[in-house]
Amino acid sequence: MYQELQRAPHTPSGLFTRAQNIPFAASRQQTPNRLPYAGMPSGDVMQVVNLTNSPDKTFMDRVMEESGQTISLCYQCGNCTASCPYTFGFDIPVSQVMRLLQTGQKETVLSSSSIWLCASCTSCTTRCPNNIDVAKVMDVLRHEARREGFVKERRVKAFFDSFLDSVRSHGRVFEMGLMVDYIRKTGRFWTDMELGPKMLPKGKLAFKPHNIQGRDAIARIFERFEKEGS
Amino acid sequence: MTKHTYSYYPGCSGQGTSMEYERSTRAVCEAVGINLDEIPDWSCCGSTPAHTVDHTLSAALSGRNLGLAAKQGHDCVLTPCPSCLTNLKTAGKHMAESETFKEKVNRLLDEPLETIPDTKSVLQVLFEDLGPDALAKKVARPLKGLKVVTYYGCILTRPPGLMDFDSEENPISMDKLMQAAGAEVLQFPLKTECCGASHGVARRDLVMRLSGKLLDMADSLGADAVVTACPLCQMNLDLRQGQVNSANNASYRLPIFYYTQLLGWALGLPDASLGLDKLCVDPRPALQSISANKEVA
Amino acid sequence: MRIGVFICHCGSNIEGTVDTAEVSRIARDYPEVAFATDTMYACSEPGQDGIIEAIGEHKLDGVVVASCTPRMHEATFRNTLERAGLNPYMFEMANIREHVSWIGKDREANTNKAADLVRMAVEKLRRNQPLIAKEFDINRRVLVIGGGVAGIQAALDCADAGLEVVMVERESTIGGKMAKLDKTFPTVDCSSCILGPRMVEIAQHPNITLYACSEVDGVSGYVGNFSVKIKKKARYVDWDKCTGCGECVEKCPSRKAPNTFDEKIGPGRAINIPFPQAIPKKATINAEYCIKLTKGKCGTCEKICPSNAIDFQQQDEIITEEVGAVVAATGYDLFDWTVYEEYGGGRYPDVITSLQYERLLSASGPTGGHVKRPSDGKEPKNVVFIQCVGSRDKSVGRPYCSGFCCMYTAKQAILTKDHIPDSTSYVFYMDIRAPGKLYDEFTRRAMEEYGAQYIRGRVAMVYPDGKGNMIVRGADTLMGRQVEVQADLVVLAVGVESAKNSPQLAEKLRISYDSYGFFMEGHPKLKPCETNTAGVYLAGACQGPKDIPASVAQGSAAASKVIGLFSKEKLKSDPQTANVDIKRCIGCGKCVLTCPFGAIKEVDFRGQPKAEVIETVCQGCGICSSTCPQGAIQLRHFTDNQILAEVEAICRF
Repeated sequence: MYQELQRAPHTPSGLFTRAQNIPFAASRQQTPNRLPYAGMPSGDVMQVVNLTNSPDKTFMDRVMEESGQTISLCYQCGNCTASCPYTFGFDIPVSQVMRLLQTGQKETVLSSSSIWLCASCTSCTTRCPNNIDVAKVMDVLRHEARREGFVKERRVKAFFDSFLDSVRSHGRVFEMGLMVDYIRKTGRFWTDMELGPKMLPKGKLAFKPHNIQGRDAIARIFERFEKEGS
Repeated sequence: MTKHTYSYYPGCSGQGTSMEYERSTRAVCEAVGINLDEIPDWSCCGSTPAHTVDHTLSAALSGRNLGLAAKQGHDCVLTPCPSCLTNLKTAGKHMAESETFKEKVNRLLDEPLETIPDTKSVLQVLFEDLGPDALAKKVARPLKGLKVVTYYGCILTRPPGLMDFDSEENPISMDKLMQAAGAEVLQFPLKTECCGASHGVARRDLVMRLSGKLLDMADSLGADAVVTACPLCQMNLDLRQGQVNSANNASYRLPIFYYTQLLGWALGLPDASLGLDKLCVDPRPALQSISANKEVA
Repeated sequence: MRIGVFICHCGSNIEGTVDTAEVSRIARDYPEVAFATDTMYACSEPGQDGIIEAIGEHKLDGVVVASCTPRMHEATFRNTLERAGLNPYMFEMANIREHVSWIGKDREANTNKAADLVRMAVEKLRRNQPLIAKEFDINRRVLVIGGGVAGIQAALDCADAGLEVVMVERESTIGGKMAKLDKTFPTVDCSSCILGPRMVEIAQHPNITLYACSEVDGVSGYVGNFSVKIKKKARYVDWDKCTGCGECVEKCPSRKAPNTFDEKIGPGRAINIPFPQAIPKKATINAEYCIKLTKGKCGTCEKICPSNAIDFQQQDEIITEEVGAVVAATGYDLFDWTVYEEYGGGRYPDVITSLQYERLLSASGPTGGHVKRPSDGKEPKNVVFIQCVGSRDKSVGRPYCSGFCCMYTAKQAILTKDHIPDSTSYVFYMDIRAPGKLYDEFTRRAMEEYGAQYIRGRVAMVYPDGKGNMIVRGADTLMGRQVEVQADLVVLAVGVESAKNSPQLAEKLRISYDSYGFFMEGHPKLKPCETNTAGVYLAGACQGPKDIPASVAQGSAAASKVIGLFSKEKLKSDPQTANVDIKRCIGCGKCVLTCPFGAIKEVDFRGQPKAEVIETVCQGCGICSSTCPQGAIQLRHFTDNQILAEVEAICRF
């Protein structure tokens, strides 16, 4: 039955289209799934890749160093793509992300949605016949994308950022505050609005944050990280 | 089993959206003689968002908690949450394997981490230390006739090199515990498929499809309920079940239990200590069917 | 002594980074060197003629050649010396290619190192003694271990050449894996139709003795004179009496025994004859499942057997056979695929191996050649083949390609269409490896004429959909998409691994094996069926995955090696053996214990125990001489004095 379920609409009422809600809707326009170069104007999709000049060696080395993974071990069997529960939503399947890494196609990789939609479920890592920690590579690509200012999935990033801001402020995640902050960041006012009535009466959503004593220590971790980098 | 004390890391969601998991975990551990010594003033492990930003930052957020736990002097830290466990384990393993990485992490911390304590899931300890046989002897209210599927989620046993517990493809620990508690465990082929994880807020469409697939399989196998061990899985399947139904034009009404809730129920613990009222999909019909079965028997 | 030194250019291999003229100039000053020169290719005909000429002209009585590894050309140059009338052991070789020119670029340093290596060779040669090989008789019988198609070929070729052959087969019938196959690629001819007659020939050939249900227990001796202990396993049936009528099999009430010939998908019996064409066609009792042998009851077969062949008292029996050569043809086993939990790990009855599928296709198989899936006997319409299960997969410790799975999978896809015309086959593959004659054409036919859907990508998981079928989830990397197939039957092309207990057999035969248990050939290119142990040869998949034509070819090749070996009047032993100085030997016996070849025995010498080397058995490994506390055992051609002279030559500074 899941073949019929492709891309179920996820605005609850249908009153608000995505374009009305998202200020950057134009840039977030869903690229048709199978274009090998996400974000590239569709006329350029079949552009010839110049393998002499385009590979970014520095990028390849950095990804390998930070992830500790040897990208050349990948023989393109596709088991990661076959395993990945998110392949249906990816613009570039994970085995092709690995291939693009092998050929040093930095911009194509970093401007993909896939690297943001990866949920680190580690199906790829678990089943890779060459023991590559593919999920770790995907993680490192998100790091790179942040550093280089590529954010194809702004809402995903906004959620992560709101989460960490909440941790930074309180030491633990304050779920209600996180949602408010996320809505502020994205303008998506109706996000999960219908879930409130399910949770509030059960006392599962606190209105006030739990501030731990060591919240300053947590804030200092973030400060040092920002100052020193990693 | 002799009484054993562990450091305990509850995890943030246990304070809110998965409070019933936290409550039932404590109740079950208490009942079977596992002492949980909560890490004083523990903080968030950073969860998925932290490791998507930076591995050192992520390890530092987990590292603070490992440091606090080490001071408690117990030999192992337990947590009910697979996401927290993954972060604690990743931080510990990476620091143990690389002195350079450890130094980088310690530069972010107020107090550098020296000894790295062992970490395990509560499930692992219940399965390995207590074990199904000992559990079966303590069962007061067998879950007779209750047909469940066990859903472990993607990271409780994966990747195997890190989690080092049960099978990465066909885990059986929860199955065995549920069987010991008297339930009928149906063979669920999607035990470790992802539910959509933390994408519920930002990309709900992904969760609708993935959780929908899980619910559909559980439903078509004829399960009365799904048993989980992960707050995020439970939330996607339970709290978002209504959303899944409307997105997929379906009408599942499957209660999504934490395995600790059903174990607690089987041990005869009071409902209030299990937080059964916190579940979104009403579990009472399923639980009543157990009582009915018992009467028939 | 008058020594001649020849420095080889090896084209530019050596000359490129070594000043060979300079090396020969330096060598002229070494002690007892009467002549030194550089030469373009020392091993070529003019090169060798040059050496012979120089020996005559300069009255040389010893020669050093500085060139490549002795593994390549030591024998060549020893022959050269012999032709010039010198003892072949008055020769030394300095390896200035592998040890110098190929590993360093600095010409000056290389030149100095080459000169040092030549100095070592000269110092050793000054202490060499002429050695003379002894001759000994050959026992012109050959042992073939394994009765699969490779062993059958080797045995028949040897037997037809007039040699006596002893064949030992582990199972109760010969035929190996090939006997289980329905058809063979790329001709789709019937496997048992082409193998059957050859099996019968084995049984009927006057020169062949067959021991089925037997294993090699131990091997001693040496090329030309091996003594082999063979364990005839208890089969609880007197094969001299058994007529193979099969009545016992029909009446046996123990039906849980695995039918190994049918790869455990057919019904089994505790007493069994594997298949109608079995050679020998004799019944065997599986003691583990026999009710009489496990519980003392039953005995139905004993009552029913018209020829009184059942013998519950039978024991394992050890017999000895003397042979002059051994052909190992032990074949392969299948990788234990149940480690693939993502494919069900054996939990799903409709996920089977290719060899099991072969039994379902075969007219002599459990379904009489009608393809019925194990779970419910339904005829499958969608059959999914998954390649590389336990091949090219480092995560399960099997990084190598099993070689022939691509081909048999194409064959099975074709046969599936033949058996079930309205079926579709889906083949998940990574790369198609079809380099043999007519092979690629064959895989193309599977796609073009038989409509097999080939999908390039691995399969991530196989699971039941809850409605009686299997879902196969894979990738189509050419489309760049995840794909799913609803399958009625899933067939796994399970990879090849070395036969069980291969390392143990290799140790008995004193041959090498690789880290996967495959036997090591003598040279990867030039000695594909020899081993490094004289008189032991390889045939078939015991050396590495091989299909039928390659196994047969190697069977014949091994046979021709045996025939060649036996064509000599006598064999010469290598004179580089250990030698006991009887005056120094204190009879402690350490060498006797340590010798891996059993080549040293203790003898009585005027009331004193002394060690004595059996020269034909000694392999010249030198372990005894390094073990001897008295320095009483010396290895000829590698004495302490010779080795120390080399060390001193290199450590002059």
